[in-house]
Amino acid sequence: MKKLLSGNEAIARGAFEAGVDIAAAYPGTPSTEILENVATYKEIYAEWSVNEKVAFEVAFGAAVGGKRSLAAMKHVGVNVASDALMTASYTGINAGMVLISADDPGMHSSQNEQDNRYYAKFAQVPMLEPSSSQEAKDFTKLALEISELFDTVVMIRMSTRICHGKGVVQLEDRVPYMKKDYTKEPAKYVMIPGHARKRHVIVKARNAKLKEYVENVPVNIIEKGSSDIGIITSGVSYAYAREALPDASFLKLGMTNPLPINKIKSFVQDHQTVYVVEELEPFMEEQIEAAGLKVFGKDVLPDVGELSPELIRERILGVKTDVPQNGELPGRPPVMCAGCPHRAVFNALRKHRTTVSGDIGCYTLSTLPPLNTMDSCLCMGASIGMAQGFIRSMDKRKADRVVSVLGDSTFIHSGIPSLVNAVYNQAKITVVILDNRITAMTGHQENPGSGKTLLGDDVKPFDFEAVSRAIGAGYVRTVDPIDGMELDRVIGEAIEYQGTAVVIAKRPCVLVEPNQFPGIMKIDKELCTECKLCLRVGCPSISIHDGMVTIDQNLCFGCSLCQQVCPQDAIHRITS
Amino acid sequence: MPNTKNILIVGVGGQGILLASELVAKVALSKGYDVKQSEVHGMAQRGGSVSSNVRYGDVVYSPTIARGEADVLLSFELLESLRWLEYLSPRGVAIVNTQRIDPMPVASGKAEYPKNIEEKLQQKSHALYIIDGQRLAEQAGHIKAVNVALLGVLSTILEFDEKVWQTAIKNRVPAKTVDINFKAFNLGREAVSRN
Repeated sequence: MKKLLSGNEAIARGAFEAGVDIAAAYPGTPSTEILENVATYKEIYAEWSVNEKVAFEVAFGAAVGGKRSLAAMKHVGVNVASDALMTASYTGINAGMVLISADDPGMHSSQNEQDNRYYAKFAQVPMLEPSSSQEAKDFTKLALEISELFDTVVMIRMSTRICHGKGVVQLEDRVPYMKKDYTKEPAKYVMIPGHARKRHVIVKARNAKLKEYVENVPVNIIEKGSSDIGIITSGVSYAYAREALPDASFLKLGMTNPLPINKIKSFVQDHQTVYVVEELEPFMEEQIEAAGLKVFGKDVLPDVGELSPELIRERILGVKTDVPQNGELPGRPPVMCAGCPHRAVFNALRKHRTTVSGDIGCYTLSTLPPLNTMDSCLCMGASIGMAQGFIRSMDKRKADRVVSVLGDSTFIHSGIPSLVNAVYNQAKITVVILDNRITAMTGHQENPGSGKTLLGDDVKPFDFEAVSRAIGAGYVRTVDPIDGMELDRVIGEAIEYQGTAVVIAKRPCVLVEPNQFPGIMKIDKELCTECKLCLRVGCPSISIHDGMVTIDQNLCFGCSLCQQVCPQDAIHRITS
Repeated sequence: MPNTKNILIVGVGGQGILLASELVAKVALSKGYDVKQSEVHGMAQRGGSVSSNVRYGDVVYSPTIARGEADVLLSFELLESLRWLEYLSPRGVAIVNTQRIDPMPVASGKAEYPKNIEEKLQQKSHALYIIDGQRLAEQAGHIKAVNVALLGVLSTILEFDEKVWQTAIKNRVPAKTVDINFKAFNLGREAVSRN
């Protein structure tokens, strides 16, 4: 049967067909839908782990234990998991394991566009790069075979367009995997120096064998065209280049670590001019040039952002696309939703003239006008650690008003050790945990705080207040952010507190519970003086037309934040 | 590829764009075409600008449409039709919903919503359909059916017959909304003959 599947759905299907039994992930765009889809196959145990390192370790443990497994994460998630990955390369596996890295060239929803192909080389593990949904499925199955053939984790490098792009996929049946026996083997699985030294030699021998294997692997294909232009490419870049250059010859590489250097050599010799078409870094180009071959790559193509057929056509064939310009248009940046419980917190933080050490989640949108609140956002969990640096380097006046802001899931992901560090090292900071009961930014995944697992089991919800107290924070309060007076008072107290303070702003995401408020808000035109203070709260349901401020009845959820800032008492709740 | 059909569907997060493009892709697949559909998730629910590429033909490689190569630009919002207009082929058709959604810079009074959008669309498209999707959806029975009403309009330009569209809609939307969606689809088709 043929079906239209996204690359992420196809990875899940591939895992299902290949007999994968255990899968783990932490949500992150563009990888999230992989585990959401794996979870629809009841044959597979699937979990949201608390972070990518744990997800990798769960999958790795399962593979060592004897069942096929998969771990999925976005590119920056692999940074978190890399500690485990680097040594898992030494130990090898027992049953097959595949690691999916979903890269985000163009940074559609990420803080950087690092090229994770280098991780495969760094960790010395084989890597496959699908260029379509069909390949995403096929390569998942192949990755597990290679994994077992060479006793190593295998990485699949996806990118946003492959993850979220849909294409036609031929479905097959699941072939259940015969569980392998686990036997205790400390020399292989206990990486003390004496064992690791021997394992590193084995890794090198494995690399040598992989270099032979990759020369003949069926996913590295030559598509014959003109001998004038030869293209060496992989992943989504193949799809773009194939479209842009219908007459060229292609060496399409499905497996890109290690590279099939001999195959590349003969391809280069057979063509007059050879281009390496790859998004982001010159990962293949540098290795090909190091082998003494003359190719073009980053001297004509960009090493930032996404490629496109248009760009390749222009840079390689010199054909410019002539399109009329529209002139400047008002941008449409994403905004915090109307009714979002986070908005109130940022309005309060702005009022208290705080320096906001921020983090990764929907609330990072508070950086944009009109809220303009966040000072920094680096990586998952960085808000609490950076705040501890801020207070030790900034002038006292500023240092006394440093606040870390991070979400419920981000706190659990990697905020907890940093809070321990703050308490231990006596940091006078305020940590605000925006607890909206869900991992919202990536599309509402369950987390320990929401008290549900990926497979739908009810569990005891993570208790942010109890954990903060147990860690030793001296001031810990939970507050409803919609209660503006109380929020204001608690944040004021926390900032004054001479130690580590934790404020948990707790209210469910409005998209998960849209009916949490009794009716919506309306402006009384008679009373409104057009002072525009309500516009400053940054709610997308409030707008101004010809001097008149209105609330869009279709967008408002009734959170009442605008009512709380209105000095004329001109905004009222209407219930109908 | 020369025989590939390119349809670009654009609008604002939350307008039902992803469902609309999924339906187009499924219709093309059911007729045996190779299909690629590409969009970017993540910000779709946060009121950002959203675009979805649907391409079908004998063999489709690239998931995205190049500027100047969209055969159809289907826009759910006026300003967004202008933002993505450079993707429309000079021989292309623009279908534009009359809804206006102010982006934050306009809503907060920092920027102006562009004027004379229809004129600009008129100049740069081979054919233009301006459709009041809201009104059609309300007539059909639910404001959320705007996307299917606009698909009704699109269906008159593409080669697939009504039945195929109806099957795709029926298989995808919640059972209790099938009638409303069929009605919206038909109102969209009728709107073209009046346009």
